[in-house]
Amino acid sequence: MTDFMTDQALPKVTDLPSTIAALKERFPDAVRDDTRPGYEGVIVEAAKLPEFARVIRGEYGFNYLSSLTAVDYLGHGDHLEVVYHAFRVPSGGKPLVFKAQTDRQNPVIPSLVSIYPGADFQEREAYDLYGIHFAGHPNLKRILLWEGFEGHPMRKDYQEAYYEQETKPFDSRWPSGHVFRAEEYNPFGHNVRYPAGFTLDNYKPISEAEFQHGMSLGVDIMGDPAFRTDRLLVNLGPHHPSTHGVFRMMVALNGETVESLEPVMGYLHRNHEKIGERNTWYGNMPYTDRLDYICSMANNLAYAITVEQMMRGQVSVPYRAEVIRVLMAELTRIVNHLWSIGFLLNDLGAFFTPALYAIQTREYILDFFEATAGSRMMCNYMRIGGVFKDLPARIRSEAALVNDRVRDMDTMKYLEQLINDRLPRSIDELDELLSESEIIKSRCIGVGLLPAEMAIAYSASGPLLRASGVPYDIRRANPYSIYPELEFDVCTRPNGDIYDRYCLRLDEMRQSVRILKQILPRLKETAGQPIFGGKSSYSIKVPAGEAYGFAENPKGELGFYCVSMGGGNPWRYHVRAPSFINLTPLGEMCKGQKVADVVAILGSIDIVLGETDR
Amino acid sequence: MYGSGILKGLGVTFRHLITTFIDDIQWLGRKRDVEVFQQKQSLANRGLVTVEYPDEKLAVPERFRFTPFLVTYNHDDPDYPGKDWCTSCGICAKVCPPQCIWIVRGTDPNTGRPKPEPEQFYIDIDICMNCGYCAEYCPFDAIKMDHNYELASYDRTSAHIYDKARLSREIRYWQSIAPTTAAEEQAARGGYDHTDVQKARKKAGLEPSRPGPYATKPAEPEPAPAAAAVAEPPAAAPPVEAAKPEPAPKAEAAAPSAADDETPPHPGWVKRGRRWIDPNAKVEPVRRKRQT
Ligand code: SF4
Ligand code: SF4
Repeated sequence: MTDFMTDQALPKVTDLPSTIAALKERFPDAVRDDTRPGYEGVIVEAAKLPEFARVIRGEYGFNYLSSLTAVDYLGHGDHLEVVYHAFRVPSGGKPLVFKAQTDRQNPVIPSLVSIYPGADFQEREAYDLYGIHFAGHPNLKRILLWEGFEGHPMRKDYQEAYYEQETKPFDSRWPSGHVFRAEEYNPFGHNVRYPAGFTLDNYKPISEAEFQHGMSLGVDIMGDPAFRTDRLLVNLGPHHPSTHGVFRMMVALNGETVESLEPVMGYLHRNHEKIGERNTWYGNMPYTDRLDYICSMANNLAYAITVEQMMRGQVSVPYRAEVIRVLMAELTRIVNHLWSIGFLLNDLGAFFTPALYAIQTREYILDFFEATAGSRMMCNYMRIGGVFKDLPARIRSEAALVNDRVRDMDTMKYLEQLINDRLPRSIDELDELLSESEIIKSRCIGVGLLPAEMAIAYSASGPLLRASGVPYDIRRANPYSIYPELEFDVCTRPNGDIYDRYCLRLDEMRQSVRILKQILPRLKETAGQPIFGGKSSYSIKVPAGEAYGFAENPKGELGFYCVSMGGGNPWRYHVRAPSFINLTPLGEMCKGQKVADVVAILGSIDIVLGETDR
Repeated sequence: MYGSGILKGLGVTFRHLITTFIDDIQWLGRKRDVEVFQQKQSLANRGLVTVEYPDEKLAVPERFRFTPFLVTYNHDDPDYPGKDWCTSCGICAKVCPPQCIWIVRGTDPNTGRPKPEPEQFYIDIDICMNCGYCAEYCPFDAIKMDHNYELASYDRTSAHIYDKARLSREIRYWQSIAPTTAAEEQAARGGYDHTDVQKARKKAGLEPSRPGPYATKPAEPEPAPAAAAVAEPPAAAPPVEAAKPEPAPKAEAAAPSAADDETPPHPGWVKRGRRWIDPNAKVEPVRRKRQT
């Protein structure tokens, strides 16, 4: 467990306040406390940032840069700020928050990619959306938007195509809400801005070779003159069934072997964060459903945790609500892992039989979600301070359409049967169907290796990290909700290949069932107790300040970094998306593998494009 | 032995294959029975679970939310026939995350002051994200989430902006699709009538109007025949029988008969040939040829 920490000295001090004190002593001029009310951490002089990062990583054990994002403080100091959250992995504990500030006109911040390789995509994202130039980044180009895009949309003075008003609710809706359609108001073609001097006639797409910056492409010949193979570029995607959505991998091949791979994303980008900053605090809840739409309950939970943290004691979540939240989160984990195992097998060529078996079981859980939250996938179930409604007494339906067939079941009985019998049975069946299959073993064992130290360096999280032997689970490392009182193991697998990731998901499902079995008696004990301890008003104001709330989602660490200026809308709303950051090591994992394995490796990371592209 | 893992896996698929046919044999000729349907959908089931849409459909649970609709009094209500429940307070328009609700507040023609009635109410159904916030935060139980998910149409522009007429549904429709929730809401109001009515009565020192289960109103005439099925007295409390796969008595009565009955699936729908259609819908549903 400790061997991947060997390149680092053991941390000198372990608790956060004394770490910060020691760091301020070490950098007397460059590090100061962030004293704005409601803020935490330190502000580091931009010039000293790399040195600071090297010190905290090497000497204080903050080896995992979880989240990196930027904030535009237009009108509140008129500067851009880059915010970093670094953790100690696997020991856990609160993050060290540090920030670097730069001006809005010519923003430059030193890149940390050489110290934390996991900063790669996140810095590119901050460059793309805020225009911050990360000096020293090896491949600084847009990542979510296309290369001809004008402007940096997350800046506060940027107005999108259908811009109506800074924040919701819009005044045009009531009391004289005469309906209009945004696209008639602002027809297509009139809502796009181009860079100065740009016309569609003089636009040339950036050539593949240029786009290939950083990839070792070029017609070349292998060392052995008797066996000459050309290097060639293959585009997997964006429309390819293996990519689980619109996602593209540019693969440089030497024969069948992958020389380098670069993921290209953003085809589903809708600037979720900009929408989030226009929205009210409540309004973001249903939008989080659309991030990772397989796990909407878990997304809701992470967002609720964040805003509750920002409310600073004004809301308290009742015990029953916490029980129900964990019930939902763990059912979601099973849903996600069933789905991802099923589709991994699709990627391996077992066309749909395992996937359908897995989906059938998932369907029973979704039925329960539908009866409780009102929707199978877009649950919108958690509220700030509790949950939407208590579990229904019965899972019953009413006929409303022609040919409707109705069902009627007692909810608690249904849950008992589901958790005690059906889920374990289905998990065992998947295990029996797949785990020992020689085909799967030969395709998966030793393929897509991600060693532990690389997984940490690349900020991988969730099953991807634990299958590499790192016992880091936020439910234990930074407990939230009622996880401290529940018994479960943090599963790990030692090898970090596809097969281990598959096995780890089975293990985690079994642990989830174990948690759920402990939830059932708690559900019964707390029956009838309140489920909401927040504000009943339809719009809430959140005290000024910042918060980073994060939870162990089925796919990894889902974090929300929010800044409030005290109003009814977030000033900053950032999503640390596990599907996005887990792709950072994809290129490394695929190097030297066969092209057919790329598909399986991507499947084993388990991404959802709604969350990757946001 | 090399290959034993594959054989073991094939054993699982083979088991699935067998149980599929066991289903067919066990329920020979009764495939469409409500009871069989419940069995097939229950957790104990090991065989096929598929539902043959559209010949059979899974009815959605009470809390299911699709698009919103506006509640009005029944057209045959003795006191307030057809009156809107919405007071145009604007809360739903403010809370709606994608801002797809447009409300024109009503004004009194004599005084020019705003009055608690919407003059117009629009929802752009294309933008609505089915979140249910409008129904959750409306203080007057005036907007509710519909269960009808079959909204496909050929025209994207005008047909998808629903106006007040298109959105309005009688309260009995809500009572029929969500009996438990409707009963809870009525209990919270104190009686069948609108919150404002109850408040005014309380102020005047009167008892809440029309308390008790809403469908047992002996003094009132039976509702129009068009709504026979929905006006059928729903159980005030949820049934208590325990056995899971057993259908509730009401369910048995309401569900499978809907297809061949003279009962419209929604109040106000009319019959064309063998199909029920919504006369307000812009596009008639395409006739689907039934295969035998
Ligand atoms: S919240 Fe209810 S009463 Fe108020 S405008 Fe909306 S539907 Fe009408
Ligand atoms: S369901 Fe949500 S999106 Fe749709 S109208 Fe109501 S509040 Fe708006």
